[in-house]
Amino acid sequence: MAKNKTEKNWMPRWFYQLASPRWCYDITGKLLPAFSVLALLLLLGGTVWALLFAPADYQQGNSFRIIYIHVPSAILAQSCYMMMALAGAIGLIWKMKVADMVAKACAPLGASLALLALATGAIWGKPTWGSWWVWDARLTSMLILLFLYLGVMALHSAIENDSTAAQSTAVLALVGLVNIPIIKYSVEWWNTLHQPATFKLTEKPAMPAEMWLPLLVMLVGFYCFFAVSLMLRLRHEILRRERRSSWVQALVESR
Amino acid sequence: MPESVLKVENLYCERDERVLFDGLSFELGAGEVLQIEGQNGSGKTTLLRILSGLSRNYEGELFWRGEPMADVVDEYRQALLYFGHLAGVKATLTPQENLGWYAALQPGIDSASIDTALQQVGLAGYEDVPCHMLSAGQHRRVSLARLYLSQANLWILDEPFTAIDKKGVAQKEQLILRHAAAGGTVILTTHHELQLDGLRRLNLDQLAGTS
Amino acid sequence: MSKMATNEPARRRGPSAVGVFRAALKRDLLLAFRSKSDLVNPLIFFLMVATLFPLGVSPEPGFLALLAPGLVWVAALLATLLSMDSLFRADFEDGTLEQALLSPQPLILIVLARVLAHWIMTGLPLTLMAPLLGLMLFLPADGMGGLMLSLLLGTPTLSLIGAIGAALTVGLRKGGVLISLLVLPLYIPVLIFGSGAVQAAVTGLPLAGYLALLGAMLALGVVLAPLAIGAALRISVSG
Repeated sequence: MAKNKTEKNWMPRWFYQLASPRWCYDITGKLLPAFSVLALLLLLGGTVWALLFAPADYQQGNSFRIIYIHVPSAILAQSCYMMMALAGAIGLIWKMKVADMVAKACAPLGASLALLALATGAIWGKPTWGSWWVWDARLTSMLILLFLYLGVMALHSAIENDSTAAQSTAVLALVGLVNIPIIKYSVEWWNTLHQPATFKLTEKPAMPAEMWLPLLVMLVGFYCFFAVSLMLRLRHEILRRERRSSWVQALVESR
Repeated sequence: MPESVLKVENLYCERDERVLFDGLSFELGAGEVLQIEGQNGSGKTTLLRILSGLSRNYEGELFWRGEPMADVVDEYRQALLYFGHLAGVKATLTPQENLGWYAALQPGIDSASIDTALQQVGLAGYEDVPCHMLSAGQHRRVSLARLYLSQANLWILDEPFTAIDKKGVAQKEQLILRHAAAGGTVILTTHHELQLDGLRRLNLDQLAGTS
Repeated sequence: MSKMATNEPARRRGPSAVGVFRAALKRDLLLAFRSKSDLVNPLIFFLMVATLFPLGVSPEPGFLALLAPGLVWVAALLATLLSMDSLFRADFEDGTLEQALLSPQPLILIVLARVLAHWIMTGLPLTLMAPLLGLMLFLPADGMGGLMLSLLLGTPTLSLIGAIGAALTVGLRKGGVLISLLVLPLYIPVLIFGSGAVQAAVTGLPLAGYLALLGAMLALGVVLAPLAIGAALRISVSG
């Protein structure tokens, strides 16, 4: 499109060099061990803290402890969509291959996180509401988010050409990004109309510090874990897409 | 040295795991006719689609009258006539309606010239017949009538002589020559032996690197 | 841009934006009229879906009246979706889409005309037919006005969003099922506010808020969707 290259001019050259697949492969290789250790420590520490030391909820008892998985996965599922859309936009506007690959790597991760959030929500719903599924606003929004992810993945797999697939899914992800706030608003509005005053997940009045601190640890742990999985997927994708380039072949031979 | 009209720099394109061309560069001036040659699958159509701006799966730079293509894309589209594998003709519309739509999209075509153009491609009397009732050759000629209508400077023609009889081919050759003589530029692929003076050729087989 | 204006004599600028839009709309309507069966199919589908619910659930009037706002809206949504897949496909296959992309005219106008033509051919008839379905499903008479108004404001948005899906899948052989996967989640807000409006009309609550929201979504759609559709078409044709 017309815009693409005119905008290219004012972007400094290093922007492209930094985004070269090879550079990206090297830098993620260096970051990966640190993030893996961090993710492991935070998730382990957070889980132990959350399950053994955090106080039980006065209303729900121990069943509330599932929020330590439910909430981080739900938050991350949403951030992941934003990241996917932004990476897609960068790939679309500046024709940056690495951004395309990041966007592609995001989709299945985000879908699994949304699925995890839904599953934990359902499990939590059983003791809280007495049924596995309730049309709660947040759960419904999460379900729609999962649908959006599935749409992106379906479109990507339907298009054979890598770069066309990346561009098409980027457009779809951006359309989804514009729609997510509208969807959230409409679903919340619909929910208040049909189910007034149900017990809200996650909206606890003033959680004490002993409860939310482990949640914070888990959240950061989830982010680190997400970064690790994303980098692994990205490195895999880089190797696949660049398999015919000389540096990848040299890498394979040196192993 | 004619003024540079279209310049291609370091074009790289791959498709289905295969490099079609790498480091392809050439420059075309006003009044030049370039024939792209190569075997089937050598990327002739792909190259023409890249040059026309339809395909964006390439690396490298294109320049139109010395300016980077992205900056002058509107000007370029005004100056371009692209004739592809697909005729771009609606089967349910008549030849006249089809060309009327083309005229609505292109600047500087007055609708009165549509009838003359149809006459010139031998479709006089078929103006009001829906295109699905025409033969394959006639169908194609509806699209070719655009060559007579268009004010475009650069013609990109992908196999323009398919399904056209011998007399028709000679006529189109003359048309291409006239266009070049008037300062226009033509890039085309064809399996016909072209009888044109000053024809430039570009062979993609030699570029593709058989290794 | 100023450079271009000085280089090019005014004559070469060609038809005005309004002229292009009008020409595109005229052509699209003409094309639609020449293949009439495509026009009727979504309407028949609309009618059939509405027939399925009493058969599948219960013909009891009170029960159906309760479901009617949602049912008519879901049926309209599915009927629109059904008609989306062919929106750009014929143009893609015969090369007229290529020519439109290569023309110097703004693609947004051509796309917008195409979507408007599609709405005139499906959304508008669906809206006009909706009271019939309302009757079949025992929708209270008070709800009819709300039903038609909400469909009038909502179906153009459905066409716009659906066109994005159609543009993204136009080059793919298995476009049909895929397009529903892409588009249905995006239809949800329109469905919620549309059926909400009908429900409000039935219960005698004010409609203005719902209609304003549907209108706002339509406005957003008219501004943003053509950009997405245009970009998607260029990508699909390029690939």
